[in-house]
Amino acid sequence: MRWWLKIRKRRLLDRDLREEIAFHRAMRARDAANSETYGRPFGNETQIREELHDMWTFVSIETAWRDACYTLRGLRRNLGFTIIAILTLAIGIGANTAVFSVVNSVLLKPLPYPKAEELVSVRHTAPGAPGISVVAGGLGVWSSTMYFTYAEQNRSFQALGVWNRGTVAVTGLGEPEQVRSVSVSDGVLESLGVPPVLGRLLGPADQKPGGPETVMLSYGYWQRHFGGDRSVAGRSVTVDSRLRQIVGVMPEGFRIVDVEPDLIVPFAFDRNRALLPGYPLPCVARLKPGISMQQASADLARLIPIWMYSWPAAPGINPKAWEKWRITPTLRPLKQDVVGNLSDILWVVMGTIAIVMVIACANVANLLLVRAEARQQELTIRTALGAARGQIVRALLLESVLLGLLGGAIGMGFAYAGLHLLLSQGPANLPRLHEISMDARTLAFTLVLSVVSGLLLGLLPALKYGGPGILAGLRAAGRTVSVSRERHHARNVLVVTQIAMSLVLLVSAGLMIRTFQAMRTIEPGFTHPEQLQTLRISLPPSLARAPQQVTRRENDIVEKLAAIPGVASVGFGSEVPMEGLGQTVQVIYPEGRVYPRGETPPLRVFKVVSPEFFQTLGTRLAAGREPTWTDLYGRRPVALISENLAREVWGAPSAALGKRFVEVPGTPWQEVIGVVQDIYENGVQEKAPEIVYLPAAMPTATFVIRTVRAGTKGFLDQVRQAVWSVDASLPLASVQTMQEIYDQSMARTSFTLVMLAIAGAMALLLGIVGIYGVISYAVSQRRREIGIRLALGAEPRAVRRMVVRQGLILAGIGVVLGLAAAGGLMQFLKSLLYGISTLDPLTYAAVPLVLFLAAGIASYVPARSAATVDPVQALREE
Amino acid sequence: MPKQRGSGELVQGTLDMLILRTLARSSLHGYAVAVAIESRSEDVLRVEEGSLYPALHRLELAGLLTSEWRISETNRRAKYYKLTAAGRRHLAAQSTNWNRLVLAIARVMST
Repeated sequence: MRWWLKIRKRRLLDRDLREEIAFHRAMRARDAANSETYGRPFGNETQIREELHDMWTFVSIETAWRDACYTLRGLRRNLGFTIIAILTLAIGIGANTAVFSVVNSVLLKPLPYPKAEELVSVRHTAPGAPGISVVAGGLGVWSSTMYFTYAEQNRSFQALGVWNRGTVAVTGLGEPEQVRSVSVSDGVLESLGVPPVLGRLLGPADQKPGGPETVMLSYGYWQRHFGGDRSVAGRSVTVDSRLRQIVGVMPEGFRIVDVEPDLIVPFAFDRNRALLPGYPLPCVARLKPGISMQQASADLARLIPIWMYSWPAAPGINPKAWEKWRITPTLRPLKQDVVGNLSDILWVVMGTIAIVMVIACANVANLLLVRAEARQQELTIRTALGAARGQIVRALLLESVLLGLLGGAIGMGFAYAGLHLLLSQGPANLPRLHEISMDARTLAFTLVLSVVSGLLLGLLPALKYGGPGILAGLRAAGRTVSVSRERHHARNVLVVTQIAMSLVLLVSAGLMIRTFQAMRTIEPGFTHPEQLQTLRISLPPSLARAPQQVTRRENDIVEKLAAIPGVASVGFGSEVPMEGLGQTVQVIYPEGRVYPRGETPPLRVFKVVSPEFFQTLGTRLAAGREPTWTDLYGRRPVALISENLAREVWGAPSAALGKRFVEVPGTPWQEVIGVVQDIYENGVQEKAPEIVYLPAAMPTATFVIRTVRAGTKGFLDQVRQAVWSVDASLPLASVQTMQEIYDQSMARTSFTLVMLAIAGAMALLLGIVGIYGVISYAVSQRRREIGIRLALGAEPRAVRRMVVRQGLILAGIGVVLGLAAAGGLMQFLKSLLYGISTLDPLTYAAVPLVLFLAAGIASYVPARSAATVDPVQALREE
Repeated sequence: MPKQRGSGELVQGTLDMLILRTLARSSLHGYAVAVAIESRSEDVLRVEEGSLYPALHRLELAGLLTSEWRISETNRRAKYYKLTAAGRRHLAAQSTNWNRLVLAIARVMST
């Protein structure tokens, strides 16, 4: 507190010092009358007082404050310069802060679980398995049996469990409702380590088949349906027509990996009927303290053979064959599962925004250089009056840092607004969206960015004008002469850098646009997605149990839906393309093809489809026909296959018709009755998988309706009425148009595109301003020279050309450097590009053209004013 | 620094010591300190204001002196300096040091 007292006391102190010295002088004056000794003059009173004053006060703060005040006054005098500089910095810092807060929240912050660094997800690769690449998103744990083996015999994990997302129908609480659910095995909630707010977690007892059926609620569901009633534990809800007892409630915002479920239901794997292969499930585990991921992987790898030989294989499957698949567990931090490939995009966006910042700084640095030049006389005079070199440098740095800080403060406001924009424009499936916020780390980032950019900005003028030889400025500044090349050098370098960086950003934006175009030209396997309404319906077992009943009910629903005015056709399937619900994979054995012992045919994606499903989607039939209701009711052994599968196995679509295959050797043959166009199941940027379509009805299906009224409220009401006319307890889930699903599949590309386009536009704009600034400043410095040229008979056109050429030369150097840089940097973009190379000729030709055009326009404006210089005026001015 | 009449240089930091020594007997204002040092050194040492006041204030900041405003013999407000306990200890240490130094120098010079 002492320094504070010192500052507060300064008034009092000043008075005391004066009085003490005055007293001394008075005493001496009295004695001087009596003695010659004291006749000598008193020392420099002011200097003594200042020295004492400095002793008593916090010198550095005081001088800093004085300097800051002086600097602020200077900035206020040049309001235009100050506003432009601060706004430029604010935009740069704001954009960087906004993107950084996303990067920080999504990539850097740990997941919201206690000791999140111990959490891992378990996946498997099988380099020896043919066709394994058809499985989108990789494989978790292969089956319940693998889970049992892992969970019971591992030595590396505190807990391990499998889970799956889905939807369940809840009835008996108002309108029937389809809600998001997650099924968990024992070990999932234990791994995540989040305690319930009410009741208890699901435990081992809950997953015993035949035991009491239980469920946990999310905080939101508890609030919505039970009003936060604390006596809810012990009560029951009807989930998928089974009564389940509520055992607990999870806290607000609780997520299982990337899903925020309404209900959490336990799996009930039947150990006695479990087989080796099964349904693959995502797996989450918590490492024991001190165990590395490698150790844990090795531990699980040890368990693979144990698993393979301790469970019964499905008929027709030989575990021996599986050895060739080389099933290998791979662990990765759970965060990677949540964030997915978004990290690529975010780092690219962060990088481009950082480049924008550099360009913005170059502009401000240019302004500062011009300003320092204008202040050269002032600085020279200060030096002449005895200001130390350090003081001049300090003054220059202080000014730029002050600009940086002011820019940073306003930038925070921009960032806040920008973040809202980003979140509203960003992909809806952006992971950890709800966690994005500006926290202390973001503030620190902004502060550091502001100060560092301020320091760097000030460094250039400080080096130039704080150096020795400044007195030469006094002589030179008297009469303006055409500025030497050397003095323009720094500014030219800045502009060239700007152009080069703008080019890099524009090229990356251009490549994204081309990628988007390339994706748009691909036929996804369906047409006019905006006319397709999709929705998911689950028939509870109470309504339809036997396959015949299910077919009957769904036939009813299709007919009711088809009867709605404006509906062209209706179909349903296990899922619609790109819905991403998780795929079933299976092998087929084509008739007449012999696989050597110990080898298995490649995995194929299996889907279930209804009559008119493809017609509704607009999928072309390459050969044969669609299934009919007769096929479904008669449960005929028929199938359709995708074109690529037909070509692979039988050579041509038409050749596949009438051919037969089995899924499991020894079971009845299934006949190929149709071949359909390839469908880009996993989004157009992924290869279209080989698919087998089996005609059947299934209790849970996605319905698809072709109508121009898709998505309208009136239509959806009619759809609801139609479905409820079949059964009033049927909830509708995932109501969306195919267009929404399609857009969603491209959301990341379009998000990146928008971000890079914004960055590119900012860069272009700043680049133009930069060129304009430098050229017009150069023109203003050369007024005299231009005046002489004109007086000597130079054509105004020639003067214009001279000035524009100067701008174009700068642009040209920048473009060449930028092209070289872009060629290298675009490698980082590779994973985001589709259908074009990183050296796409069109982009690399168009962008420099745009830049040249912009540079031409930017230098034409000062060129025109140069050509109108009045020689007499220009010469008389000085 | 006290100026010397005659030749030779004064050991650095002696002004502080002289001030402390002067104030050891009674509390004085700045002018009186200067006068005391000059008269006691029989005008060999001259104390300049430019050195005296910074030294007084430095010692005060270091906690070796305290000060108070009193009415002087000429009926004016003046700042009187007084030795603190720490100042007394410091003076004692400095004196010992000084005596040893003087002795050592004398021995060297006399050989």
